[in-house]
Amino acid sequence: MSENSKEKAPSRRQFLSGAAAVGVGAVGAGAARAAGPDPLITQVQEWAQATGEGVDATPYGLPIQFEKDVVRRNVEWLTADTISSINFTPIHALDGTITPQGCAFERHHSGAIELRKPDYRLMINGLVDTPLVFTYEDLERFPRENRVYFCECAANTGMEWAGAQLNGAQFTHGMIHNMEYSGVPLRTLLEEAGVKPEGKWVYVEGADASSNGRSIPLEKAMDDVLVAFKANGEALRKEHGYPVRLVVPGWEGNMWVKWLRRVEVTETAIESREETSKYTDTLEDGTSRKWTWVMDAKSVVTSPSPQAPITHGPGPLVITGLAWSGRGSITGVDVSVDGGKNWLPARLAAPGTDKALTRFYLDFNWDGSEMLLQARAKDSTGYVQPSKAQLREARGENSIYHNNCIQTWWIKETGEAENVEVS
Amino acid sequence: MSKYLKLFTASAIGLSLAIPASAEKLGLGRPALPEEIAAWNLDVAPDGTGLPVGSGDVFTGEEVFAEKCAICHGDFAEGVDNWPKLAGGEGTLADKDPLKTVGSYWPYLSTVWDYVNRSMPFGDAQSLEPDEVYAIVAYILYSNDLVDDEFTLSQENFLDVEMPNADGFIMDDRETSEAHFWTAEPCMTNCKDSVEITMRAAVLDVTPEETEANAAAAEAVPAAQETSAEAEVTTEEATALDPEMIASGEKVFKKCKSCHQIGEGAKHRTGPALNGIVGASAGTVEGFKYSKAMKAAAEGGLVWTDEEMAAFLAKPKAYMKGTRMSFAGLKKQDDIDAVIVYLRSFGS
Repeated sequence: MSENSKEKAPSRRQFLSGAAAVGVGAVGAGAARAAGPDPLITQVQEWAQATGEGVDATPYGLPIQFEKDVVRRNVEWLTADTISSINFTPIHALDGTITPQGCAFERHHSGAIELRKPDYRLMINGLVDTPLVFTYEDLERFPRENRVYFCECAANTGMEWAGAQLNGAQFTHGMIHNMEYSGVPLRTLLEEAGVKPEGKWVYVEGADASSNGRSIPLEKAMDDVLVAFKANGEALRKEHGYPVRLVVPGWEGNMWVKWLRRVEVTETAIESREETSKYTDTLEDGTSRKWTWVMDAKSVVTSPSPQAPITHGPGPLVITGLAWSGRGSITGVDVSVDGGKNWLPARLAAPGTDKALTRFYLDFNWDGSEMLLQARAKDSTGYVQPSKAQLREARGENSIYHNNCIQTWWIKETGEAENVEVS
Repeated sequence: MSKYLKLFTASAIGLSLAIPASAEKLGLGRPALPEEIAAWNLDVAPDGTGLPVGSGDVFTGEEVFAEKCAICHGDFAEGVDNWPKLAGGEGTLADKDPLKTVGSYWPYLSTVWDYVNRSMPFGDAQSLEPDEVYAIVAYILYSNDLVDDEFTLSQENFLDVEMPNADGFIMDDRETSEAHFWTAEPCMTNCKDSVEITMRAAVLDVTPEETEANAAAAEAVPAAQETSAEAEVTTEEATALDPEMIASGEKVFKKCKSCHQIGEGAKHRTGPALNGIVGASAGTVEGFKYSKAMKAAAEGGLVWTDEEMAAFLAKPKAYMKGTRMSFAGLKKQDDIDAVIVYLRSFGS
């Protein structure tokens, strides 16, 4: 009896695996059959027998060890020193729309400082009826709002102007994060001080050694700008401006001043270093655009992508990515698998919201052949994300900032992906 | 009574409509004092508003620049490594790789003054006197051939300086010049005849290696453990090192961090890595390019004893004329003592 079953077993397995192979060939997407019982199921595993860690093992939890590659990364050759530098959000490995603070990109001009709440002061001065000083506690007593917004560095994708350069969505598009902010409208604080009629701008400034400061038209300051102290429900991280940062929805990240210490109402723009020598966009003829604050509509496929290759072979494939617009909400995203010849409407995970990231999916049946994968965003103002060629035609290759062109990933038959440009 | 009730209801409705446009003041915060405003309200506008009284000439500027700025920006404002170049680049803005400097790009002189005054030197911001700022700005102008070597800049002639690229900027015109990007119904099928790959990122190969980074992350844990083990041994051996002193020295070292690294994996930055520096011969850290002055001192047999190090840290430029360490010095003896103990905790 036992001999019999021993003889039968292999032939049965052979039959099953043969059938599975035929099934894949014929249907193209049949579920794979097991070659034999899976020991992960048939054997009692250690984790199902012994106990795990107790509560309080990590009073503030970190991602499990198996996710340790999902981290911010720096491109060393970009800057002279990490103290005045930038790193990149691992967007290729994230899903949904909210960026966890711990892996949200950092950009410092003089390093991330440690400023205690009791030492925090915010001054409103300039063309106001009463110049005021607020403590952190004062800020917490003003009526508060909760809003989700993306923050994108104007230089995101900036290394790609002259050609396909960095091989990964994290590096080409990772100067972005999307958080839920809790804070006080800047308008409320300005009204508390009383803006004089001749006030037309605010100059906002940080408390760190860089004194990073930007001029913002009063109209925007009175519209949707927030003085935020919480992100995703908890205190801001030091690298994002703890205890208080400015949130300037839809506008370039450099204006989102961290460690906000002063708001000065002025008649004209201050024309600080960051709004003249930097964050201005040089065109082909050598003239430069200034005050290019708003972030144009943009999208990128985050998976598959160079750091997130296809590992499962042909069949069902989830193509996913992110889309956003500084002018409003995302109304649609199209995906092309043939380098922009033909487009398929993607499915938005949720309707686009104002100046926040939108997740899109294309549920695709991959036949295993090469793809030139692209995404194209449309926003509520009717703007359609341009191709790289269209953008270069309008701006040349020297702008550094505001590169919102359509990105192409070359997906090979092996499932590996590469950053490429196409005709 | 009923009158009050009505009033109350009315205001309650007003509040429920999110935040009213003309919200009543809550009376929070306190008036800012004039001294407080003066301390923080330092920004300078293009019309010169905010400039303090003062002046500085090119000659003085050259000296101050050499002492405080040249380590990153070069003796002639030409820039060292990846640090910003402040001079040159005239007429390159329409080139393939434009060189954007104060002379070739910056539209307003006020921006230079304001930035130097509030944000520089890197790692020692807001330490310059107004006259020093005027002198540095005068020297930067001279480096760009915009003034001659006799020039003195002051708040009085500030607006007379012409910036070459003052008219090189236009307002954001994307909504008109790029109006064709607003094409509500984009093409969906047969949008182009052929698609060819024209450029590949793998050819350039400048992306940080994922696998290397992973390996580094994996190694980081045991490495950190080794460090703490080493630190323990060091503390045991050198019982003289007071942990409190090390801790306060670590705080002082923040002033040094923009140029120096110390500890496991420390690399040369603007200044050399400092592991084992106390007690070592001067100018001998491998792979670092020292100033002539430091090399000469090394040849003369200088050893970084506590005393020599303390004298150097108190006033680097006075201690060693010609050193490239552009640091003003530690004023407090306690800070000097603490930072030396901190340095010692990384070997001696």
